[in-house]
Amino acid sequence: MLQFIVRRFIQTIPVILGVTLLVFSLIHLIPGDPAQIMAGEAAPEATVEAMRERLGLNDPLHVQYGRYMSSLLQGDLGQSVRTSRPVMDEIQPRIMITIRLAIYSMILSIILGLVAGVVSAVRRYGLLDATLMLAALFGFSMPNFWLGLMLIKLVSIDLALLPPSGWGTWQQGILPIITLGTGGAAIIARMTRSSMLDVINQDYIRTARAKGLKERVVIYKHGLKNALIPVVTVVGIEMGMLLSGTVLVETVFAVNGMGRLAIDAIRARDFPVVQGIVLIFALIFVGVNLLVDISYRYLNKRIELN
Amino acid sequence: MSSVEPILQIKDLRTSFFIDRGEVKAVDGVTLDVPKGKTLGVVGESGCGKSVMALSILQLLEEPGKIVGGEILFNNVNLLQKSEKEMRDIRGNNISMIFQEPMTSLNPVYTIGEQISESYRVHQNMGKKDAYQKSLEMLRLVGIPSPEKRLHQYPYELSGGMRQRVMIAMALACRPDLLVADEPTTALDVTIQAQILELIKDLQTKLHMSVIIITHDLGIVAETCDRVAVMYCGNIVEQADAEELFERPRHPYTAGLFNSLPRHDQEKEELEAILGYVPSPIEMPQGCRFSPRCSYAEEICRQQNPDLKTLDNTRAVRCWIYSDGWKGSKEVAYHG
Ligand SMILES: Nc1ncnc2c1ncn2[C@@H]1O[C@H](COP(=O)(O)OP(=O)(O)OP(=O)(O)O)[C@@H](O)[C@H]1O
Ligand code: SF4
Ligand SMILES: [Mg+2]
Repeated sequence: MLQFIVRRFIQTIPVILGVTLLVFSLIHLIPGDPAQIMAGEAAPEATVEAMRERLGLNDPLHVQYGRYMSSLLQGDLGQSVRTSRPVMDEIQPRIMITIRLAIYSMILSIILGLVAGVVSAVRRYGLLDATLMLAALFGFSMPNFWLGLMLIKLVSIDLALLPPSGWGTWQQGILPIITLGTGGAAIIARMTRSSMLDVINQDYIRTARAKGLKERVVIYKHGLKNALIPVVTVVGIEMGMLLSGTVLVETVFAVNGMGRLAIDAIRARDFPVVQGIVLIFALIFVGVNLLVDISYRYLNKRIELN
Repeated sequence: MSSVEPILQIKDLRTSFFIDRGEVKAVDGVTLDVPKGKTLGVVGESGCGKSVMALSILQLLEEPGKIVGGEILFNNVNLLQKSEKEMRDIRGNNISMIFQEPMTSLNPVYTIGEQISESYRVHQNMGKKDAYQKSLEMLRLVGIPSPEKRLHQYPYELSGGMRQRVMIAMALACRPDLLVADEPTTALDVTIQAQILELIKDLQTKLHMSVIIITHDLGIVAETCDRVAVMYCGNIVEQADAEELFERPRHPYTAGLFNSLPRHDQEKEELEAILGYVPSPIEMPQGCRFSPRCSYAEEICRQQNPDLKTLDNTRAVRCWIYSDGWKGSKEVAYHG
């Protein structure tokens, strides 16, 4: 197991290198002259040239990448074009907000998804199952921003129950977390249901019943643990969707997280900040998948031969 | 009726599956009894309803299966009138069951020890430590080498034969009065089969259990059973003491089964297969279910299904041949 973890860690190194390469190229991949775009379309040639100089765009590409990597290793993500502050300082106060939002939404997704999935599977083909799966279909197909707007209209404006924007108090947290968590809950619910249905028909479930165990124990102890194995992978993919979802949700609810910073930076053509955010999102995603792989392996090691 | 008092009596049990195409009468009027402390073999071709009958005893049927009639008397108490909670107390405690597929019958994510000790914890309110201790004793009893190590292993670390031993340990943990073994050795190698059967026999004597062994292997029946019930299309067609049955089968289907056995004392192993096919459970033939395949069939056979009739004290047969009005030959050919 330890060996597996170490190996898996080493395997992420090329992935991370690839990510840095991609993020670095971002600035060169956009059509047009990055210095011109950042300086503004109407900027005089001298300003553009100064911008080019400041970003080191005149050097050969490999020199630029080398410089980018060496500062990256020192924790330096460059400077914001807009505020001239280090990108790190721009991101730092916001990163925890986004991570919290993502984690709480994930927890909501997992709990809601598992409960709905298990209940659906146990009551398969019944009314409750049909209702839950219809709800999951909705949750799955509803765009985040639309759900967010609807919640603001219903809960904040019509019912005046919760604040429509901001982040800090728990009341402010509820709507963004629901908005961001719903899609994931829907996917996890569907996955749990099908996985659970598969497990319920296994011979060992019949063995558990033949032992005289309560149905609850049969389902949750003997069924769910097996059903979770494929669900874990979905949770990993889900986390990626969630991170990208923060961009929209933070914008809709005016949450001052990284997602909103990304939108602001894109609008202001502040490429170093965009690069920094993309890199951090990517690193988080790689990290989460590492965790998922390890837990999958942990759950799965007992059935290696099957 | 057998001379020994029965521990389990099944009377006119009917179990059906309600599917879109209609009602599948998988068990359709099964009557049999299991003498106390003895082994009853239930034989019959694939699909005749053996497993459904076994699952009915413990009420472990799943949708769309449903018991639609009859009685299952365990120590003279009808199990079909028990609540689900009362049945739970019986399962794994008074009546246990082991299944055909040892490879898939154990839960892959729990250790052997955890799975066996569960029985003690649920039926005897034992603490974790005591339950593990008892589980260890059980593993020893079923002859698993280095049981201390096995206790903490997962099913994938064990061979099929070992897993079936674990299943037996689990089933017998609470010293049940009756063990229902549904084709316990079908999935195993021949040498392992013999060991498992011997183990069951051995434990039966040690623990004073009654056993139902379900199989389609007449060799197993000959070696292990005191009594035999022959099943065909959801019915019991003949029930008798094993010795008597092998000596002289009375029902044409039983005789056919025996005649189709390869015999070791003959040079040319000429197999006399039963002609025709097992009818589909959705379209049962009218009258005796065996009539389309039976070479003795007369007019009455195609009109009315005979009742299970007690012949001597110890034998019951479901066949018109043994009714008073039968005009044809009463000799059922058997070259055993
Ligand atoms: N879930 C089900 N849905 C519909 N019909 C079923 C179902 N399970 C069993 N049956 C029917 O019940 C009949 C008896 O099945 P059963 O499993 O008891 O046979 P068996 O005698 O145990 O055969 P085998 O020797 O192959 O195990 C089958 O012919 C099948 O048509
Ligand atoms: S009742 Fe008739 S058809 Fe059925 S087994 Fe007896 S003789 Fe054959
Ligand atoms: Mg069967």
